[in-house]
Amino acid sequence: MASVPSRNWRLQAQRYRLVGERCERCGTFIFPPRDVCPECEAPAKTPFAFSGRGEVYSYSTLYNPPAGFERTAPYTVALVRLEEGPLVTAQLTDVEPEKVAIGMPVEMVTRRIREDGEDGAIVYGYKFRPARTG
Amino acid sequence: MRDVAIIGIGQTKVGEHWEKGLRHLALEAIQAALRDAGTERVDALYVGNMLSGELTGQEHLGALVADFAGMRGVEAVKVEAACGSGAAALRLGYVAVAGGLANVVLVVGVEKMTDALGPEATTALAMAADADYEAGQGLSFVAINALLMRRYMYEYGYKKEDFAPFTINAHANAMNNPYAMFHTRVTADSYAQAKMIADPVNLLDSSPVADGAAAVVLAPATWARRFRGTPVRIAASAVGTDAVALHDRRNPLVMEGATLSTQRAYQQAQAGPEAIQVFELHDAFSIMAALSLEAAGFAAPGQGVRLALDGEITLQGRIPIATMGGLKARGHPVGATGVYQVVELVQQLRGEAGANQVPNARLGMAQNIGGSGATVITHILERMD
Repeated sequence: MASVPSRNWRLQAQRYRLVGERCERCGTFIFPPRDVCPECEAPAKTPFAFSGRGEVYSYSTLYNPPAGFERTAPYTVALVRLEEGPLVTAQLTDVEPEKVAIGMPVEMVTRRIREDGEDGAIVYGYKFRPARTG
Repeated sequence: MRDVAIIGIGQTKVGEHWEKGLRHLALEAIQAALRDAGTERVDALYVGNMLSGELTGQEHLGALVADFAGMRGVEAVKVEAACGSGAAALRLGYVAVAGGLANVVLVVGVEKMTDALGPEATTALAMAADADYEAGQGLSFVAINALLMRRYMYEYGYKKEDFAPFTINAHANAMNNPYAMFHTRVTADSYAQAKMIADPVNLLDSSPVADGAAAVVLAPATWARRFRGTPVRIAASAVGTDAVALHDRRNPLVMEGATLSTQRAYQQAQAGPEAIQVFELHDAFSIMAALSLEAAGFAAPGQGVRLALDGEITLQGRIPIATMGGLKARGHPVGATGVYQVVELVQQLRGEAGANQVPNARLGMAQNIGGSGATVITHILERMD
């Protein structure tokens, strides 16, 4: 699946600034944004920018990447538990795979996610690195 | 609602069929199933398939397969639910016969994967996950299962080698299945040395990319004796769903969709896990086998791997799984898999499973899963005599 410009444009608030939602009725923090609260089914339309801080819930290093990600393989991916509650799926960066551990504090950074060949689009978005701030 | 029976089964060998296209594979399974049932006329055809468009450039399989199989004009559609497409097609076939809208229905699951190169297949399989928030971050489907396996090991204190019994059992059972892709034994040593794909998932934790097709013929149970094949009744047919993305689940290690699907099936069949004698589960990865055993009530949370370590999943154990090789060793032609599981379960209930026969099997369950637990389709089958 090539990365389509309109799709990248549509997802930029989430990808660049980790913008999700907070349900006004039950207070649930929601990421990725989904417009209907998964807990109470109320409309969830209030944007909420997450802090980007969290910890590693699980991780894996990939040796057989999907198309578009070959250049950076092997790379490490993770489920990160954000401090506000939601889990987010992302790549880890600025860390050796063997140094990664469940529970490790991490923070969000904006990085290059994929490239579609020499003349193709470069897609940027969130990755997580070991936390530098306390 | 009417009781529905499976009156015919057919399958192709699973493997790399470079000499056969999608339509040829489907035809081979269909002809075998119709021969087994002793009928030529059907009212409708449901084709289970996930990746024909992405990997072979061919969609519109309902009409295509119907025409190629000599049934031009019959009602026919393709059904897609990721790796659960095969059982989803069976579910719709069941609904049609149970609801009285059709009498004799053919269900075929077919997948042609080996025309594509490795990275293409890897990318295509990731379409079962969330394209914007999982695959879009560079995760393969293997990586998603690796995240589950790592967390499971962490929470319950298992070591990597504790998962070996799932692979050893599947490969041992495939030795006696002529339709299986692999006829090679796996030992604890070969499992420990297998190549890593997405740490901690190695090659022997993963089911292989493969071509294959399997088919069943359905009819009202009251008609079953008119046909040649030994009939088996569909005692339950149920679907449960969950969030597609792992990060959207309440607890990624609990497959709520599988629990829902299984509970609905148990209720329909008026039976619980203690009555199930064979369980053809969705062992696309070792971790999926463990989570399936837990969701279906055969083991408490965290005890699925323990059940395997205790030898309870073998043909002699309390709940035999992957009795003809499972996804891991029979092979996993994704959209066909759900129908293969049911064909193999029918073999067990008819007493036609040869060296792998589970003694006196009367009640068995097959569970096909789309994605990492988002669509879960369960069928319970019962011997009719």
